[in-house]
Amino acid sequence: MSNGVASLSTQSASSEAASAVSVNNLRKSFGNLEVLKGVSLSAKEGDVISILGASGSGKSTMLRCINMLEVPDSGDIRIGGETIGLKKGRKGMEPADQHQVDRIRSRVAMVFQSFNLWSHMTILENVIEAPVHVQKRPKAECIAEAEELLKKVGIVDKRNQYPSHLSGGQQQRAAIARALAMHPKVMLFDEPTSALDPELVGEVLRVMRSLAEEGRTMLVVTHEMGFARDVSNRVVFLHKGVVEEEGTPADVFGAPKSERFKQFISSHR
Amino acid sequence: MDFAFMRDTFLTLMRGVPLTLNLAFTAVAFGAIFAMLLALMRMSRVKALDWPAQAYVFVFRGTPLLVQIFLIYYGLGQFRPTLQEWGLWTFFREPYWCAVLALTLNTAAYASEIMRGGLQSVPYNQVEAARACGMSGLLLFRRIVFPIAVRQALPAYGSEIILMVKATSLASIITMMEVTGLAAKLISQTFRAVEVFIVAGLIYLILNFIITRIIMAIEWWLSPHLRRPPAIEPRLEAAHV
Amino acid sequence: MQQLSYFELVGFGPNGWGWALLTAAGMTIAVALCGFLAGSIVGTLVAWGKIGGNLVTRSLADGYTTVLRGIPDLLVIYLFYFGGSAALGAIGSLFGAEGFIGVPAFATGAMAIGIVSGAYQAEVFRGAYQVVSRGEIEAARSVGMHRWLMFRRIIAPQVLRYAIPGLGNTWQLVLKESALISVTGLVELLRQSHIAAGSTRRPFDFYITAAVLYLLITWVSTFLFQRAESHSMRGMRRAS
Repeated sequence: MSNGVASLSTQSASSEAASAVSVNNLRKSFGNLEVLKGVSLSAKEGDVISILGASGSGKSTMLRCINMLEVPDSGDIRIGGETIGLKKGRKGMEPADQHQVDRIRSRVAMVFQSFNLWSHMTILENVIEAPVHVQKRPKAECIAEAEELLKKVGIVDKRNQYPSHLSGGQQQRAAIARALAMHPKVMLFDEPTSALDPELVGEVLRVMRSLAEEGRTMLVVTHEMGFARDVSNRVVFLHKGVVEEEGTPADVFGAPKSERFKQFISSHR
Repeated sequence: MDFAFMRDTFLTLMRGVPLTLNLAFTAVAFGAIFAMLLALMRMSRVKALDWPAQAYVFVFRGTPLLVQIFLIYYGLGQFRPTLQEWGLWTFFREPYWCAVLALTLNTAAYASEIMRGGLQSVPYNQVEAARACGMSGLLLFRRIVFPIAVRQALPAYGSEIILMVKATSLASIITMMEVTGLAAKLISQTFRAVEVFIVAGLIYLILNFIITRIIMAIEWWLSPHLRRPPAIEPRLEAAHV
Repeated sequence: MQQLSYFELVGFGPNGWGWALLTAAGMTIAVALCGFLAGSIVGTLVAWGKIGGNLVTRSLADGYTTVLRGIPDLLVIYLFYFGGSAALGAIGSLFGAEGFIGVPAFATGAMAIGIVSGAYQAEVFRGAYQVVSRGEIEAARSVGMHRWLMFRRIIAPQVLRYAIPGLGNTWQLVLKESALISVTGLVELLRQSHIAAGSTRRPFDFYITAAVLYLLITWVSTFLFQRAESHSMRGMRRAS
């Protein structure tokens, strides 16, 4: 299509296979502490990327920059080829256009470590909230789809209960259903199993695995080595704000190049 | 203890209840709107909004309500010519409107602190989840922040409503014939202070009891998430992932 | 009538009401203090009744706090003033005196404030008592302290320390209630302003002055209570 205006899809198709997320040279400091020191990452559609690192390595911060829950001091972020505009505000960098950020966020779903379900709504209401009020889709359609999603993650019988009535694993699966209801192009997982009792971790990992097998684009910050090794198709290791190691699981776990990564693997066996 | 007298007293004083409730709920309603404005000003991080709101709350919580009532009812009489020019004198001449205004301004100060407490106690991670879905501004406030804040603030706000009902008794000093006004008149006519006091006190206690129950019912209605879950519904099909 | 400036009106000159207002402010503080102290005594007794009493004592104490926090203060003031006067009148008529004998407004005012404040202070003391560590009380019992000694040396000082913030709030309430006593004719700050307002036909000027004086008293009280709180909390580790 050459009509002078490069559409988003041709723009990215001309470079590589459709780029879902591309993060370039991010820097971020909290006060005097520089957490990200020039991090770059790029994900194609269908990639499942595990992001590993010790606490304080900046992995969560990098993930949260993608949907602008944190605003980087410098660097740029592109979702589906569209760059998020930034400008200098009173207290550092801030988004240039809140509408753009809201629009992008409605297509980038995040699953949080502490689930963050809305306590005053039932599970079903949690799942349909964003589709109905942010994406403005018809309510009946959203409810029908929500029930399908809740069936898929295995908690449809809890749909009229409140988050406080569910176990941690059930709440996280509800949060995943909530994320899926937004028809996201990219899914971000911020240590989704770290707050769960060990017995409940498995049920959540199973759901995430099936999502990966569907071909969804997922960026997962995690400590679960099994998931990183078996499910993801790329692994990124962050140390002190810098990407130390990157590659396929076979490369990275089979023949790790970085000393620190070798130590990291052995301490997280 | 003359029960016939007390029964008559009860009937007399009950005629003041509509005015008591009218004053209280009008003041609470208008005061709530103003209080929300004040709370948002306090939380706005804009000094030009924060400081005046803080000053307002300090003044209205630090001076007696009766002084505020006198200032409006008697004090504004000093500016009668100016107010007449502006066509406001008919409003400020009426004890009813003076009482409502004073009660409104007073409750706004207390209620704004209650609302601010409620807004600030909304767990931030639920706000973050909403932001991550693309909510912001009025939508975020309307769907997430406000509902949770209301649930947190309701008990304290219920107490404030009870205090407002008690505060209406001060309107009797500027000639309003609500329950306390009628009681004072009755005492000065019959000198039977103890019996009139008992009946009047009883009426206020009954009003408080009813209002407290209503607030508790609203709290119960708004918080199914804090109660035990209902009996397990039958599973539609075996869970599979 | 000469038009005096605001500062001449509230100043200390020949036409100024300054001294009168300051004296009245002193009367406000005096009646508030007496009422507050009376309330502390009543509150301590009621709290003790709620904590350690049997079913009857506890019910009476609960009834007292519920009733006195549920009815308007103005009613209580009317009860003490008019009721007291009626009682005095009845006694007086036994001796041949006739008509309305007004009871001393200061006494009835302080008593009315005390009775109401006692209900609030009882709740403050009860809450503070529940914070005092069980262990310290057990330790006192185990060394053989009898109840009065234990109360005086262990319980009371600790309860007081935790009660200070709550007492600060009830003190503010008492200060504001003192304005209500003006209906009985006691010349405290509001009544004095009312008199001056009526005499000079400048109500706004005087009520604003009264408001400023009340704010001053409030401000100084807050400062003193905060000092008392830091002093009492010395040597204790805080959560924050």
